[in-house]
Amino acid sequence: MNLIGLTTIYKKEMARTFRVPGQTLISPVLTTALYFIVFGSAVGRAIPELSGVSYELYIVPGLIMMALLTNALSAASSGIYFPKFIGTKYEFLSAPLSHFEIIAGHTLAAASRALIIGAIIYCVSIFFTRDATVAHPILAIVFSVLTAISFSLFGLIIGIWADSFEKLALFPTLIITPLSFLGGIFYSIDMLPSFWQKISLINPIVYMISGLRWSFFGISDVDPIVSFTMIALFTFACGMLIAWIFRTGYRIKS
Amino acid sequence: MSKNILEIKDIDKVYKNDFEALKKVSLSIHDGEIFALLGPNGAGKTTLIGIICGLVNASSGTVTVDGHDHIIQYRKARSVIGLVPQELYLDPFLTVTQTLTIARGLYGKQHSNALLKKTLEDLSLWDKKDNKVQELSGGMKRRVLIGKALMNEPKILFLDEPTAGVDVELRHSMWELVATLKSRGTTIILTTHYIEEAQDMADRIGIIQDGEIKIVEEKSVLMSKLGSKKLIIGLEHACDTIPPSITSDKLVLSDNGRTLTYTYKTGGKTGITELLSKLKAANISVHDISTQETSLEEIFVDLTHDNSTQK
Repeated sequence: MNLIGLTTIYKKEMARTFRVPGQTLISPVLTTALYFIVFGSAVGRAIPELSGVSYELYIVPGLIMMALLTNALSAASSGIYFPKFIGTKYEFLSAPLSHFEIIAGHTLAAASRALIIGAIIYCVSIFFTRDATVAHPILAIVFSVLTAISFSLFGLIIGIWADSFEKLALFPTLIITPLSFLGGIFYSIDMLPSFWQKISLINPIVYMISGLRWSFFGISDVDPIVSFTMIALFTFACGMLIAWIFRTGYRIKS
Repeated sequence: MSKNILEIKDIDKVYKNDFEALKKVSLSIHDGEIFALLGPNGAGKTTLIGIICGLVNASSGTVTVDGHDHIIQYRKARSVIGLVPQELYLDPFLTVTQTLTIARGLYGKQHSNALLKKTLEDLSLWDKKDNKVQELSGGMKRRVLIGKALMNEPKILFLDEPTAGVDVELRHSMWELVATLKSRGTTIILTTHYIEEAQDMADRIGIIQDGEIKIVEEKSVLMSKLGSKKLIIGLEHACDTIPPSITSDKLVLSDNGRTLTYTYKTGGKTGITELLSKLKAANISVHDISTQETSLEEIFVDLTHDNSTQK
């Protein structure tokens, strides 16, 4: 195994994150802090408790998950798209690196960035809610890590598929953001009419938010085992697809 | 005979648009030689290099690098290769040092300050080591690209048009570097548009056109086999036409009738004595004679032109 090669990719990607902290770290944290202020502290006070949890606290897992998955996706997609765009992809394609090592280097770096942002947002939430309680901390970490990895793999797929900056921005803007908002960040899907509840269950983000919410408060829209299984399946599917992309050279080799 | 460090056998490449970039290309590269691969644009040079280096998937055929199959034993095969691509593929936001350090790391090798310093000094980039790539001139970027390839201490170095767009001084310093690498035992495979460089530097020359290898020869053999010489005869008095007694398709009158140029193949009967006798018989006085060897460029143009007109 070329561990030095893998860590080189990892360090290079992490350095990219810290090279532009305003864009990669501060911006997502600030955006989420605004959600806390508007939906938590301001609007939230007028909303009754949901399943015995104050609305201000109720939205915390969803906001953490949204920041985590959108940042994992954008870090991974830009991390692979940029070398394609400027031509430096030849560096890792011609090096003695396996497909697994290339994928792992990029995925771990994107997931790390997302988890750092997730951790900062958790700290920000404590500042606003004055409550740091997490009922099942190990499970919270498991759900967060798995989500970060799955969306990093998904981001790699998007980055390789995209052949323009417009396409690169297409998925986060047109698909991920709506799915996040419809994934139950600000509400329980039990509050939806029965038809829309069923439709919501197609959305993988529902399981991610639900899983983390259960880890925080012991309440969720979906059974945590089902959430874990669905996230694991999504991760597996993304892993298989990216492995196929590298094996065939789809949009990465001529 | 030296062993072959690179064996290419029956490589085919058909792109998705059905363009056949390479047709059953077979080629052997000797250990320690400088091999120049010449060919017009779109001949398949970069595709061939891309296949060897793992950037392009071949449709069929095999490549063996230093005894290792480039697909099955890709780690061993790629670990001996350094690639300098044709385009300036560099991350503009990294410093020169970071760029070279990452290049070595990807090959699974521990960082070496000594190698970094030596490489940067060899390439006259030591004083730019902390500069971002985006701050460098085009020539410097080209040197950084070579530096990246050298950080792997490769046994085989691919130089794909390395002097394209580089000024004369830098070009010469690059070829000095190539000569130094050869003296250290590195095998160098280069493609270039500057045919005089191939003529000066290469041990062997391959010509590729329309995805097919047309010829591979020792440079000296190629020059004598395909090369011809020109006998340039300065005439005492200008001639309006070439006298019928000496008319030949090998003879051209120029310079307002003051110069006769006779083209002949080297080796064997040249026909010079006969020509001079005929000139004397036709009362044409000669005041100067000189010879000129055909350049590799002329051989290349002749060869590729012949092939394209034969279609």
